[in-house]
Amino acid sequence: MSMHKLIRTAIVSALLLNAYAAYAQSPQLGKPISEADIVAWDITVFPSGANLPAGSGTAAQGAPIYAEKCALCHGVNAEGGLAAGLVGGEPLTNGIDTRKTIANFWASATTLFDFTRRQMPWQQPRTLSDDEVYALTAYMLALNGIVDDDEIMNAETLPRVQMPNRDGFMPRFPELMP
Amino acid sequence: MSTERSILDLADFQPAAANGLLDRRAFCKGGAALAAAMTGYTLSSRAGAQQLTDDPWTRTPGASLKAYGTPSRFEARVTRSLSNPNGEPRTQHGRTPHHLINGTFTPNGLHFVISHTGNPDIDPSQHRLVIHGLVERPLVFTLDDLMRYPMVSRMTFIECGGNSAPLWSPEPVEAGVQAIHGLISCAEWTGVMLSTLLEETGIDPRAKWFIAEGADASKLDRSVPLGKALDDAMIVLYQNGERIMPGNGYPLRLLLPGWEGNMNIKWLRRIELTEEPALSFYEARTYTPILPSGKAYNFYFLQEVKSFITHPSPGLALNGAGFYEVSGLAYSANGRISKVIVSADGGNTWAEAALQEPVLSKAFTRFRLPWRWDGGPAVLQSRAWDEAGNVQPTRSELVARRGEARRVPSVLGFPSQHYNGPTSWRVGADGEVQHVYA
Repeated sequence: MSMHKLIRTAIVSALLLNAYAAYAQSPQLGKPISEADIVAWDITVFPSGANLPAGSGTAAQGAPIYAEKCALCHGVNAEGGLAAGLVGGEPLTNGIDTRKTIANFWASATTLFDFTRRQMPWQQPRTLSDDEVYALTAYMLALNGIVDDDEIMNAETLPRVQMPNRDGFMPRFPELMP
Repeated sequence: MSTERSILDLADFQPAAANGLLDRRAFCKGGAALAAAMTGYTLSSRAGAQQLTDDPWTRTPGASLKAYGTPSRFEARVTRSLSNPNGEPRTQHGRTPHHLINGTFTPNGLHFVISHTGNPDIDPSQHRLVIHGLVERPLVFTLDDLMRYPMVSRMTFIECGGNSAPLWSPEPVEAGVQAIHGLISCAEWTGVMLSTLLEETGIDPRAKWFIAEGADASKLDRSVPLGKALDDAMIVLYQNGERIMPGNGYPLRLLLPGWEGNMNIKWLRRIELTEEPALSFYEARTYTPILPSGKAYNFYFLQEVKSFITHPSPGLALNGAGFYEVSGLAYSANGRISKVIVSADGGNTWAEAALQEPVLSKAFTRFRLPWRWDGGPAVLQSRAWDEAGNVQPTRSELVARRGEARRVPSVLGFPSQHYNGPTSWRVGADGEVQHVYA
């Protein structure tokens, strides 16, 4: 081995040792946790349907839950009030300030399930059962004519719902997309 | 005004553009004499010079110290404006009064806040940060744990994707810099690099995104490309040297320098590495500007190069003709600000402004330019460039690409998002300043 190669090997070894030393010196204070212990926080649902919980519901089941827990803010007929309306919507080509609705804008029905389960009702988030969230999601989709009143929403059917505006989006900076 | 002119030889200062804009180096040449002659922006008319006497506070001992200092009682009007002061069940906005402060960072009590479901009252001893999903070892950290990690500090602006939204109005809204541009602030943030924690959890090669989620009633979550985590994302614990304010995410938040404010998750409790984005409510529905074609942008991510003048601006009347400093803020998600130009005649002629050093990447850059107002009509504007070569578009260029609202919105409304065109202030003969399009 030439002196040049020896020196280079020595430098590389030193760098590796330093890197190892730096890693060993990092605090390592995180405690291991199992996915089973994260379940209560692990609520993000994906457009593929990944992480949707067990349970199911229909629009017919959702109507009385809506009347009891949602109508005060969103209106008796989901026409809106203190909070956004949940039904209808004009074409997006009408203007850049068009009100975005479930019918004219939302790309995935899983977003509707996730947001309802995550943040609603506004005063008491995380108090709805997963069956109630499926039923309310079915109710909102049925109000907009996207599913039928008796269609069962569950982890299998919800990701397959064809939202009207699902192809209406493009990333602003494609080069930043993974 | 005659006083100023008597102690300055105006011939020393070279005009840099029409309508009184002077060379940006004039202040360096003028030194103390010019500084003393600066006319202030105030709400009341200026008293004339008179014989000086000892004021009462020079003849009696002052007040005792407070354990935690607050500004002078004479500064009581320097506050955020609140969109929902009674905490009704909807989003709350607190906007920074950029016309009443100066410099390059925002005091903690004036940093803008948007809380969709109020500010949670988090006990730091109970708070946890969990990192899981596509990692080799899911880990949970306490605040005590994180406090022992190597930390870094950086100045960074955070801007709401809806900041400047009133400028999408087809007619200029009657509003000032606080209402129009109050949803951006800049602070020194201190904390742990997210990449340091990910070294300890390990990263599954399938991971492409991470989901960040808060511990507030919204459990607000956003999807972020994993590359940002390995670049400059931070878990921040301190804001301008003190622990993060409750409205800014106490006890810890995610910082994604230069990226859309809503993605900088406050009250951060969970990071999940994933293959796909979540299409969460805020990324699927809210920060998704509709285009004239009816399509919409999603995954906007960047707060692009922008600047606006803070002094003068509506609410800061000019007290007579003479010298003023025009100053404002410029920033970009794409690095340092490289140049700011200012016009006093509605964009016909331009002068290059001085940039306050240090000019930092993804932080506020204060620009300044001396101006001799002749008392006549003037329209002030600024435009900025960043080191990546991006230029702040004109309003007409932006509207040609992005459209504009059909009707004049509320000044608190969000007809669209991500406006980065210029702002124009008209100075009237009475010294009052008004928002216009020019």
